[in-house]
Amino acid sequence: MKALQFLTLFFICCFSITTHAADSDFPNPPNPPRLVNDFSSILSDAEMQLLEDSVEAIEKRTSNQITIVIIKSTGPYEIADYATQLGNKWGVGVKGRENGILLLVAIEDRKITIATGRGLEGALTDAMCGRIIRNEIKPAFKQGQYLDGLLQAVSALDLATRGEYKGIDKREAEKPRGFSIGLILFILLIIFILSKGNNNNRGGGITPFLGGMLLGGGFGGGSNNNSDSGGFGGFGGGSFGGGGASGSW
Amino acid sequence: MKKFIPVGILLLILFMGGCYSCNTQRSLVNKDEAVKSAWANVQTQYQRRADLIDNLVATVKGAANFEKETLTAVIEARASASKITMNANDLTPEKLQQFQASQGQLSQALGRLMVVSEQYPELKANQNFLALQDEIAGTENRIAFSRTSFNDAVQAYNITVRTFPNNILSGMFGFQTKGMFEAEAGAQKAPKVQF
Repeated sequence: MKALQFLTLFFICCFSITTHAADSDFPNPPNPPRLVNDFSSILSDAEMQLLEDSVEAIEKRTSNQITIVIIKSTGPYEIADYATQLGNKWGVGVKGRENGILLLVAIEDRKITIATGRGLEGALTDAMCGRIIRNEIKPAFKQGQYLDGLLQAVSALDLATRGEYKGIDKREAEKPRGFSIGLILFILLIIFILSKGNNNNRGGGITPFLGGMLLGGGFGGGSNNNSDSGGFGGFGGGSFGGGGASGSW
Repeated sequence: MKKFIPVGILLLILFMGGCYSCNTQRSLVNKDEAVKSAWANVQTQYQRRADLIDNLVATVKGAANFEKETLTAVIEARASASKITMNANDLTPEKLQQFQASQGQLSQALGRLMVVSEQYPELKANQNFLALQDEIAGTENRIAFSRTSFNDAVQAYNITVRTFPNNILSGMFGFQTKGMFEAEAGAQKAPKVQF
């Protein structure tokens, strides 16, 4: 019985050791969470901050999480495979929307890949990712201008995703416009009813009512702008299925 | 009264055994379904690749005097790979090996075509060709990922099927071990990951 227990324990140990060895090939998610992660220090602090600000602004606006990771080498892994696994480990993107993008640079391999979350595969096709790598990243990276290449890639990715996926804030802001005809009819109806009801009592309460509505609209706009404050809140458990494209420079 | 004790124990054992086999059967069905859905995903990706290859062949044919041999090899490998269809209910190791071999041949022919196409500046400037190249590369990555998920699902299933005492029960219920994809030759290389 003792021997059996020992064997079981032994096998459990063996199993956990092998899984950990594979796991250590991938860095742990950054704490505090950041979207730009340079493990091989090719960017200066100021450059990192510039990039971080630009991707965070996109995250605030669209909720798409464009994550940039720079490492030295992916070793035995294909870079696209490595990016897919890393994106799944960190959970880049929001769960349910699966709107993560992982831009991985392996400096010593001179390779780059864009991995797209499952939810973005429609808007950001592999061909689109390939085009961004060829047109925006490669020319800049060839001249050693990593920051320029990455900034251009980020804005291109943002433009590409806009067609399909609209962020939460955007959709809410558009709602009132969609209902405007209904709103006008509603106001006309109210005016009609009030004018009927207030026939005896002229100079009635229409004006304060309209004023209140306009005020409400004003508050709505304000709250949208206010959501811009605060840093990146963390990855949301998004998943990757292997979509994206790779290239070398 | 004493007579009833052995009968009671027997009934209890039968009851527990029944519960256990019901549980085993349920867990086997769940794992079997997980394997089937993982397989469906694998097949979707391979189908996507086959469709993309058709488009690629059409594009390459348009390029002035492209090496005939290479192109024919791809077309033939594509045709023979599509002949081997796999049923999700019949994922035996032998069939899966066949499937993998034929798809592997197609991968090789395709890889050769990609290398040869480097010599045609006309193709390298063709936006359609570049787009197809990216789509195929992305699909290869999706295939690799879906194969890993499939292997994980099969592993979980096979462990349940083969461990004692389930192996007796799974034989009775008609659950057989399923095949897994093998790692491609040369997949293990020496260099290490560096952050």
